[in-house]
Amino acid sequence: MSRHTNGLAIETAGLVKTFGETRAVDGVDLAVPAGTVYGVLGPNGAGKTTTVKMLATLLRPDGGEAHVFGLDVVREADEVRARVSLTGQYASVDEDLTGTENLVLLGRLLGHGKKAARVRSGQLLEAFGLTDAAGRQVKHYSGGMRRRIDIAASILSTPDLLFLDEPTTGLDPRSRNQVWDIVRAVVAQGTTVLLTTQYLDEADQLASRIAVIDHGRVIAEGTKGELKASVGAGSVHLRLRNAEQRPEAADVLRRTLDAQVQLEPDPVAVTARVGTATSGDAAEQAARALGELARAGITVDNFSLGQPSLDEVFLALTGHDTHTPKKDEVPA
Amino acid sequence: MSTATSTETQDLAPVSAESLAALLVGGRRPPRPSALSASLTFGRRAMLKIKHVPEQLFDVTAFPIMMVLMYTYLFGGALAGSPKQYIQFLLPGILVMSVVMITMYTGVSVNTDIEKGVFDRFRTLPIWRPSTMVGYLLGDALRYTIASVVMLTVGLIIGYRPDGGVGGVLAGIALLVAFSFAFSWIWTMFGLLLRTEKSVMGVSMMVIFPLTFLSNVFVDPSTMPGWLQAFVNNSPITHLSSAVRGLMAGDWPAAEVGWSLGWAGLFVLVFGPVTMRLYNRK
Repeated sequence: MSRHTNGLAIETAGLVKTFGETRAVDGVDLAVPAGTVYGVLGPNGAGKTTTVKMLATLLRPDGGEAHVFGLDVVREADEVRARVSLTGQYASVDEDLTGTENLVLLGRLLGHGKKAARVRSGQLLEAFGLTDAAGRQVKHYSGGMRRRIDIAASILSTPDLLFLDEPTTGLDPRSRNQVWDIVRAVVAQGTTVLLTTQYLDEADQLASRIAVIDHGRVIAEGTKGELKASVGAGSVHLRLRNAEQRPEAADVLRRTLDAQVQLEPDPVAVTARVGTATSGDAAEQAARALGELARAGITVDNFSLGQPSLDEVFLALTGHDTHTPKKDEVPA
Repeated sequence: MSTATSTETQDLAPVSAESLAALLVGGRRPPRPSALSASLTFGRRAMLKIKHVPEQLFDVTAFPIMMVLMYTYLFGGALAGSPKQYIQFLLPGILVMSVVMITMYTGVSVNTDIEKGVFDRFRTLPIWRPSTMVGYLLGDALRYTIASVVMLTVGLIIGYRPDGGVGGVLAGIALLVAFSFAFSWIWTMFGLLLRTEKSVMGVSMMVIFPLTFLSNVFVDPSTMPGWLQAFVNNSPITHLSSAVRGLMAGDWPAAEVGWSLGWAGLFVLVFGPVTMRLYNRK
């Protein structure tokens, strides 16, 4: 490669996109190492899709710079297009056409000959378990099948960089796992994947680095380990027998765990963050907390240790949850 | 509904990681297709859509038949003495009017496609940019040809006898399809510019109705008031229908053919770049 890319697949500096008065993307800096899965995590409307669209040359940035493999996304858009593929949030295939017709069509547009496009489509449909549905119109496909044909269309010619915009939103757990398997197979062959998601566990499962984005800005960035160190590896969720014991339980948790404790809207529920860099192993801490609660005579009906939800990550990083508007924002 | 979906997912064959890996290794990109090849592929997409949704041919079959029959028998007796005499004058004109009217569906199909994700995929492909739009128009050119053939058949049945013979008729249809291809760039522009399908339809009607009626399709303009004659005699539709009428009658109306092609070139030169600008900015 003639260009100096520092081993980065994507590099952006101060990327901005405004729609009227709204700054959908408000100065995003990203550095995505080539050959990895990079997760962009954020709630609806955080600016994830807008960022992806600018990187995939669909939208022109209003400010800042973005390079894909060292190529400028505005001035060298055509060269960028030759190296990327995009699977959007909505099925990016023609619903009136059959699975085979869609793939052959795109194969031809990517420069394959008639025969090569047919062969490759057949192979991909088979690898994706869609051979039986190949002759059916895509509008009759289930959600999971649509996702598959969509991703198949994106890797008709193996791209150097694949954008997956919320690939599992709306899928059942089984289809979701299958999409994850596909992503792992793709990245194992050297393709860089930029994945946007609303789910922390998805980013955790797939990505080696994660950027958390909110109101068009990157509010945290790092490896999974670094991110967890700042928010905690998990949360202890407790449901008590008696609501009156809740303040006492919160005290016990705060003392034993030295962690942030949150009183839930449900009057018998408490959540505590565990496994932060300062407090140590999550499971061991949770066990200790349970013991202390029993010693204090507090009856716990239900106990679970889980990953922090996106809400909790946001609470830890920004002090507000995903639904609360910023103070300077005028409510609609 | 949800049960049906989950059953379907259960039955779905698993993704084969090994064959997928093998495919990815061998799947480097071939050289990009030529502008012509990309345009023809998009044209093929339009044909496939016709194959899957044949109802969309309604407007190029039933509608043109209705136009020929309606105007021939409505105006024939009053304007030319009898429908049979009137059809000799009317058919080339009504052919032009109907096909030019049908062009407005281009805008509607562009507009409905934008809403779907497939447009985003096309726009991220490293291909000659206008090929997506040219593809729509190639598919539409087929529709215009079908409409022309249908109308001509109806006309022949009810008594139209072109003096130009097969050659003249084919030349007339070729000119009409070429003009309509160029004219359609107006609609690709509106399809990209306007937000809803309904507004595309509304604007199209506003342009099409005056443009096609204020022409020499139905009557000789010499009876019209002077200010209207000034418009009608310079309208591209008048030039086109005179040219098609002449070709089908066996004359060689060089000036009118020239005017029609000139207008066609102007439409492409003006609305083509505007369409592409909107397409790139969308």
